[in-house]
Amino acid sequence: MLRIEHISKQFDSGTTALADVSLRVQPAEIVALVGASGCGKSTLLRIVAGLDAPSAGRVFINDEPLAGPNAAVGVVFQEPRLMPWLTVRENVRFGLADLAQAEQNARTDAVLERVGLTNFAQAVPRQLSGGMAQRVAIARALVAQPALLLLDEPFSALDPFTKMDLQEHLLHIWAYDRPTLLLVTHDLEEALVLADRIVVLRGHPGHIHEMVRVELPRPRRRTDAVFQAYKQRLLDALDVRAAVAV
Amino acid sequence: MAEVTTSLFAPATRPAPVAAPVRQVPTQRPTAQPRSPRRWGWLTGAILPVALLVLWEVLARLGVLRANLLPAPSKVLATIVELARTGELWGHIGITLVRVALGFVLGGALATVLGAATGYSRRLFHLLDPLLQGVRNIPSLAWVPLFILWMGIYETSKVVLIAVGVFFPVYLNLMNGVQGVDRKLVEVGRVHRLSGWQLVRRVFLPATLPAYLVGLRSGLGLGWMFVVAAEIMGANKGLGFLLVDGQMTGRPQTILASILLFAVLGQLTDAGLAALSRYLLRWQDTHGQESNG
Repeated sequence: MLRIEHISKQFDSGTTALADVSLRVQPAEIVALVGASGCGKSTLLRIVAGLDAPSAGRVFINDEPLAGPNAAVGVVFQEPRLMPWLTVRENVRFGLADLAQAEQNARTDAVLERVGLTNFAQAVPRQLSGGMAQRVAIARALVAQPALLLLDEPFSALDPFTKMDLQEHLLHIWAYDRPTLLLVTHDLEEALVLADRIVVLRGHPGHIHEMVRVELPRPRRRTDAVFQAYKQRLLDALDVRAAVAV
Repeated sequence: MAEVTTSLFAPATRPAPVAAPVRQVPTQRPTAQPRSPRRWGWLTGAILPVALLVLWEVLARLGVLRANLLPAPSKVLATIVELARTGELWGHIGITLVRVALGFVLGGALATVLGAATGYSRRLFHLLDPLLQGVRNIPSLAWVPLFILWMGIYETSKVVLIAVGVFFPVYLNLMNGVQGVDRKLVEVGRVHRLSGWQLVRRVFLPATLPAYLVGLRSGLGLGWMFVVAAEIMGANKGLGFLLVDGQMTGRPQTILASILLFAVLGQLTDAGLAALSRYLLRWQDTHGQESNG
């Protein structure tokens, strides 16, 4: 579904963020990219979103080479990034400009219902809590029914309870039409709760160090011994102690 | 007022019947209103101007202030009433309003085009902004002789001078506003494949609106300032003409009447723009705004 081939990224400043990253993601698969700050995981996501161009290598979505933002790709950023002058409903509709009015309305109402915000459709962003605003952002990304949903540390600014709630919620929404999910996070538990496969990025420039397939049935319990064993394995893979020492 | 006070104290002085609190809820609301800080602020602000006006009137009537230099407020008002009665007033106000409006539209439109262009495009910014900033540093009244030489003493030179005054605040605010649009929101637009005009209309325009409206308000303020200059330099009609006329004929009440009318008109037009701003920017989440749920 998604094919990343030999991607490298060098910024104008001269720093190299990514070196020769290749990755294949299957339809309906949930893949998490984890790594320390500055390993290039967000850069990789921005390239797949079509916001930045790679210095070398290519990205294919459904075997089509990617050139800029793509209709098949939805993006949820770290911040909700809602338009403060639009209501919740108008913000969700923002993703649907090229459809007929009736179709836009139907899809907007449906997705608002799925994220549980029907009652807040007429609210404006300043009236929302952080968690609600991020749900609106998810709804806006999903309303065009993308085949691939990219999430860039989507819950990192939220308090732990809201965060766990929204992780649960995301899986629930995902189950509806099962888009492919590519998630960037630095929260190992979040990766373990959500992902089928975890890609560990390391180093400067970032490269793929290890891939971990999470073979745990959902819903996953954080306190489960196997869950914790996975977490230890990821910590080892990230070589956290070495990273702290540097 | 007395009735309201009674009903407020009533529950404390007698054992309240079960129905009483229900009946009293609506009567308590009006008492809360006059105590709001906003109303008090308004009253406090009125104390000094009213006191000064009274003092001025008294001193003028006692002959302490010389009538040929500073006539009493009542005489200034009488002058306005007299001008209104003869119908002369409406001609003066009308022509001044037309000049301000034409200059505002001309300067504002040009500033909108150039401010949006230099804000949006780095290249145009580097091309145009140094020149415009240079021109901005010329005190605008220095243009007066040149404009008169080029366009004559009549309407064109006046309107152009006002337009110059309006141009710069609108241009600067709009350019800064466009440059200051949150890159993150622009990215959301790009992710949704908005291009060119769509991106401008759906992201840049609403995001720039607050700065643009501030620019329009300061531009309008300068427009009023420049209409005075334009009408003083040579006019046979208009509020600015009344200033010169009052001076030439030794009638300070005419000058004061004109000043008062300028103040009122400036305030009214600004209040109009301010109301438009509040309406267009009601989505804003800012310190100055009262939260209304």
